[in-house]
Amino acid sequence: MALFDFLQHLLGLQKPSATTARERLQLVLAHDRSDLNPELLERMRREILEVVQKYVEIDIESGDVSLTTDDRVTALVANLPIRRARPLPSLSLETGARTKPSDPEVLALVDNPAMPEPSPSKSSEVIEGQEAAIEPKTFP
Amino acid sequence: MTATSARIILICSGKGGVGKTTLTANLGIALARLGESTVVLDADFGLRNLDLLLGLENRIVYNAQDVLEATCRLDQALVRHKQEPNLSLLPAGNARMLDWLTPDDMKKIVGMLAEKASFILIDCPAGVETGFRNAAAAAKEAIVITTPEMAAVRDADRVIGLLHTQGVAPIQMVLNRVRPRMVANQEMLGVSDVTDILALPLLGLVLEDEQVITSTNRGEPLTLHGTLSPAGRAYMNVARRLRGEEVALIDPTRERLGLRARLMGKIRRTTGLF
Repeated sequence: MALFDFLQHLLGLQKPSATTARERLQLVLAHDRSDLNPELLERMRREILEVVQKYVEIDIESGDVSLTTDDRVTALVANLPIRRARPLPSLSLETGARTKPSDPEVLALVDNPAMPEPSPSKSSEVIEGQEAAIEPKTFP
Repeated sequence: MTATSARIILICSGKGGVGKTTLTANLGIALARLGESTVVLDADFGLRNLDLLLGLENRIVYNAQDVLEATCRLDQALVRHKQEPNLSLLPAGNARMLDWLTPDDMKKIVGMLAEKASFILIDCPAGVETGFRNAAAAAKEAIVITTPEMAAVRDADRVIGLLHTQGVAPIQMVLNRVRPRMVANQEMLGVSDVTDILALPLLGLVLEDEQVITSTNRGEPLTLHGTLSPAGRAYMNVARRLRGEEVALIDPTRERLGLRARLMGKIRRTTGLF
């Protein structure tokens, strides 16, 4: 068995177990520290996706909203590949932005977890067809 | 509470069996050898063992409970270590104390000890329940000890969170039972993995050492001996760093024993010489 493990390791078929341990720990600690129950997290995830979808067409399958933790600070990280911006008339400056003041605030909430990184890219400015992530850090 | 300059240090881990009591015993002896008047307090009332590790189990007359109930004076309950008279043990009371002991009782005991010693080490029980909370209430600073295992790191994280909310600071970490060869093969979490995850400064690094078991068998902490084994040296270094000395950390990847050291160790163990 040990020899088999060693061979697998040698051939790069299996990650070293320390790497697995580190990844699993980081995930479980992010949840332990936040004290959010999974049901609440799932509801929040769905609502965030709904809001983002109002403005841009996103790839829900590869989208990911999860908790991550660094230096004892837990952050909510959303990584949502954008297929294309929705050509909504409400987003143009003249009409929409003034009449619907609450919506941009909600969008800002999604942006906030990524705040330490200086990348103030507005989702509404994304060029059609380009893939962009709201959060630059990808979650493992 | 009287304002004393005594260092009141909680030694805790969350998970059981990672080396709290061994660290407390060795650190107590080490600090005493460095000239500090030190008291180790066994706050693990349910499963007390500090007396055994220090080899003092036969000399206990009174304990923390008697002190609280005023059936004896504090200096009657303190058990002085024969070889290191700078060190005393205040033994745990019986397990029934858990029913009525409050954080204020712990503060009272520790307050009394703080007038007598410059270092007070509190050997905390495993878990995060009442026993831990009582012990933590009395402490000013803390040493969290963990091993590079998933369960130990997770439990340590929980404890660190609770210590932060109780305002215990500074919190430092001792990483215990590291196996350099496994770390080198990436089959065990490394030092930086654990310090990064727990975000604590590293106070000490103790490699896996069989001598810890033999020293426990004898009731003689490793730091008691003239020539120190690897773990004994590590504990001694923890004591030095606690006092503010700068002592370099060992590099676990370079601590592989050479043939000569292994041979000498074998001779030493089998013959009992030097």
